[in-house]
Amino acid sequence: MKNLGREEPQEVQPDRRWIDLLLATGVLASIASFLYPALRYIIPPLVSEPTSRSAVAAKVDELKNNSFKIFKFGSQPAILIRTVDGVYKAFSAVCTHLSCTVQYRGDTRQIWCPCHNGIYDLNGRNVSGPPPRPLTAYEAHVQGEDIVVTRSA
Amino acid sequence: MAGLHRRVLDWLDERFGAGSIEEFLRHKTVPVNRHTIWFYFGGMTLFLFVIQVLTGTLLLLYYRPTANDAFESVQYLVTQVKFGWLIRSVHSWSANLMIFTAFIHMFSVYFLKAYRKPRELTWISGMLLFFIVLGFGFSGYLLPWNTLAFFATKVGTDMARFAPFIGEWVLVFLRGGPEVTGATLTRFFGFHVAVLPGLATLLLAVHLLLVQRLGMSVPPDVERAIAEGRGKPRWMPFFPNFLLRDIIGWYAALGVLGALAAIFPWELGTKADPFGSAPAGIRPEWYFLFMFETLKLLPGKMLFIDGELAGLMLFGLAGALWVAVPFLDYKAGFSRVTRFFTGLGVFAIGYILAMSALALRG
Amino acid sequence: MIPLVAWTICAPVPVRAQDSCVTCHAALEGSLAEPAKLYDGDVHHSAGLGCADCHGGNPKDESMNAMSPAQGFRGAPKKTQIPEFCARCHSNAAFMRRFNPKLRTDQLSEYLTSVHGKRLKQGDTKVAACVDCHSVHNILTVSDPRAAVYPLNVANTCARCHADAGHMKGYNIPANQCALYSESVHAKALAGGDTSAPTCTTCHGNHGATPPGVTSVPNVCGTCHAFNQQLFEKSPHQAAFTKMGLPGCVQCHSNHEIVKPADDWVGVGEGTTCVRCHAKGDPGYAAAQQMAGDIASLKTDYERAEEVLGTAERSGMEVSSAKMELTDANGQLIKARVNVHSFNPAEVRKLTDEGKKISRQAYLSGVGALKERDYRRKGLGVALVFIILAISGLCLKIRQIDSRTGG
Repeated sequence: MKNLGREEPQEVQPDRRWIDLLLATGVLASIASFLYPALRYIIPPLVSEPTSRSAVAAKVDELKNNSFKIFKFGSQPAILIRTVDGVYKAFSAVCTHLSCTVQYRGDTRQIWCPCHNGIYDLNGRNVSGPPPRPLTAYEAHVQGEDIVVTRSA
Repeated sequence: MAGLHRRVLDWLDERFGAGSIEEFLRHKTVPVNRHTIWFYFGGMTLFLFVIQVLTGTLLLLYYRPTANDAFESVQYLVTQVKFGWLIRSVHSWSANLMIFTAFIHMFSVYFLKAYRKPRELTWISGMLLFFIVLGFGFSGYLLPWNTLAFFATKVGTDMARFAPFIGEWVLVFLRGGPEVTGATLTRFFGFHVAVLPGLATLLLAVHLLLVQRLGMSVPPDVERAIAEGRGKPRWMPFFPNFLLRDIIGWYAALGVLGALAAIFPWELGTKADPFGSAPAGIRPEWYFLFMFETLKLLPGKMLFIDGELAGLMLFGLAGALWVAVPFLDYKAGFSRVTRFFTGLGVFAIGYILAMSALALRG
Repeated sequence: MIPLVAWTICAPVPVRAQDSCVTCHAALEGSLAEPAKLYDGDVHHSAGLGCADCHGGNPKDESMNAMSPAQGFRGAPKKTQIPEFCARCHSNAAFMRRFNPKLRTDQLSEYLTSVHGKRLKQGDTKVAACVDCHSVHNILTVSDPRAAVYPLNVANTCARCHADAGHMKGYNIPANQCALYSESVHAKALAGGDTSAPTCTTCHGNHGATPPGVTSVPNVCGTCHAFNQQLFEKSPHQAAFTKMGLPGCVQCHSNHEIVKPADDWVGVGEGTTCVRCHAKGDPGYAAAQQMAGDIASLKTDYERAEEVLGTAERSGMEVSSAKMELTDANGQLIKARVNVHSFNPAEVRKLTDEGKKISRQAYLSGVGALKERDYRRKGLGVALVFIILAISGLCLKIRQIDSRTGG
């Protein structure tokens, strides 16, 4: 390599300006390709909070007494029940036997799994059939227009 | 363009003497010889550190440092936030890359004897920075609060127990309690985003100031060749020649990081369960493997000392020796002492590689 | 005064009056001292009953006269007399009400219908009577985990005789039921803490222990497996098995060694359950073939969807909705397996078709997520092009500057 001493810079020749152009283009384009993701990142997403701890299950007037709704909680189904007395109860809808999705039966007023006839009471306790454990209970409360279901740690 | 550039510098010069800084930078040179390639690694480590600060700050906008929320917040970040996957994977990969370049920088300075007078303080500040960087790696690893991280932290902090006298206190200090819990997570988060960055900034300022003041070292063999007339001293201006080459390296690093993030995204893992059992084959990150393997291989009791305590003392001693090398090999010429230390360095690299390979295999 | 009264009212063990039975027998040796030593742990002791309440005699009399028939002494009953001995109290509802109104009082009448009871009446003293299962002098309640009749311990208690080949010689029944049962899902569920899982007495009865008859088997299994029983009863197998005198469920699932059924039991290949009776050409063979094929193809579709969603998720894509919908496909698969018991391929096909539809939708969602991931990689490619552009510009610039300053 040649000795690179300090000398007066020569005038930039016209046919060497394309190097500067190439450099500027490359640098600016690459900087843009770094800034674009960063800028989109700092804009908060539509769903503004991590939701696997809580979910909006339904609207306040959506369920009649003695009926239920299956909703998504994280990536698992959950069940929201409005009892005959109008009280909201929420549980994991994953049957503790073989993970089928349970339902609420207004006629027997119990939670029922259609796969093997497993039955849970309105406290989530397994009372009959194959399920070995109760359903995980969640908390349901009214927040404005919404029924919000949360689970503890 | 050049005119504007000149006017801005003049304005700054009138206000805080930027002109002298400019003059100094213009005169900063880098020796050109067959070892010059190693001179890029310090700047590369600094660049990756800056990447860490930038991506880390972005992650701070969404991360939650509590046991309940940490894992979910990372999951949310990676799946819901636009380009969150990119920022997170770049941060994790760049951390590993930075530790790797820090190792290279440290060893290359060691073998090129750049620690010799008058650069002893540069070496010491650099070694302290190196330990801080390892601390960054250890504290950051826990933050996603997944199973691997939880148990690696458990095993890692357990080692503190074996320090004589202060062991238990250090353990409780590190963990925020006797066990690894959410308190540990919050504490590690504090270390990772406040304590360590503060210390690192201070030490970096010292380290860089010293490097500017003292200039770049010329390796002993090149010095000798010049003294004996076998070669001419060659230099390159730092600005713009060396810097432009630096920037090429930095761009290449960015390309590598982007590719790693898109093709090998960093895993989320499963949420840590403090009451679960440790998965089989738990081990620390690669940069701690050699210590981990050494402790595994040491017998339970050596004479009358606990195996782990002996291991800790060994590494403590080795570390202290390493930091003190400018004073131990103060001539750093071509004497037997210097050759011994060169050999020690080769042994250290070999040991680290061998122990790491062993740990990976079994 | 009041604390003393309160203590005597609330004290768990009644203060026992002087009992000469215990005083004498405790001082004896060997088997004569056993009852006195054991009795403190007995539930009858906690209820305030002493030796004389079962054996008669006079506990206040310190002489050997305490054990005279004149004082009401009944002595230790012979084996054949044991059931009536215990039933003196346990079949007396008015008496039992004083201690535990919830306890049943029909154990003796049940026992007399059992194989054990019938044989005992014929003079066979090798069979089980009350004390063989409940022990004697240290009887614990059924809910006490130390009791021999606690659900987790029942199998071992029965096995004491029924697994002893020497003891069972001459009865013409196998002695390996316990060994077989311990391999079953029921034994494993029980060991896993589910005390509602069936043990010997659940299917055979406890006091009225008798193996269920051929036509009773589906009813017995159906007390828990209700759907399977209902489907089976409507299926062609019910009538066919009854005609051949074969017990329903046991034919395919065995009675004691009930293991987790696998999908490959159904079908027409070697080793399947169906070909044990069905041969090529008969309608049952075709039904088995169709059902097995449908279930297998649903499983394949489900696993394919699960795999692609897993890959997408690991690449950092958001697929939780698709994953949740896929769980319904798994539900259909489970229902299809239950519906095998109808032995009606059309019914099974309805369920598998629904499951396949859901699986395919989830699969498409996963493929979409992977497309998004590939779009990211393309974005990376674009950024890399710019970077390479910048690097080339830099290289050329460096050469320019180097040569310029080099002169």
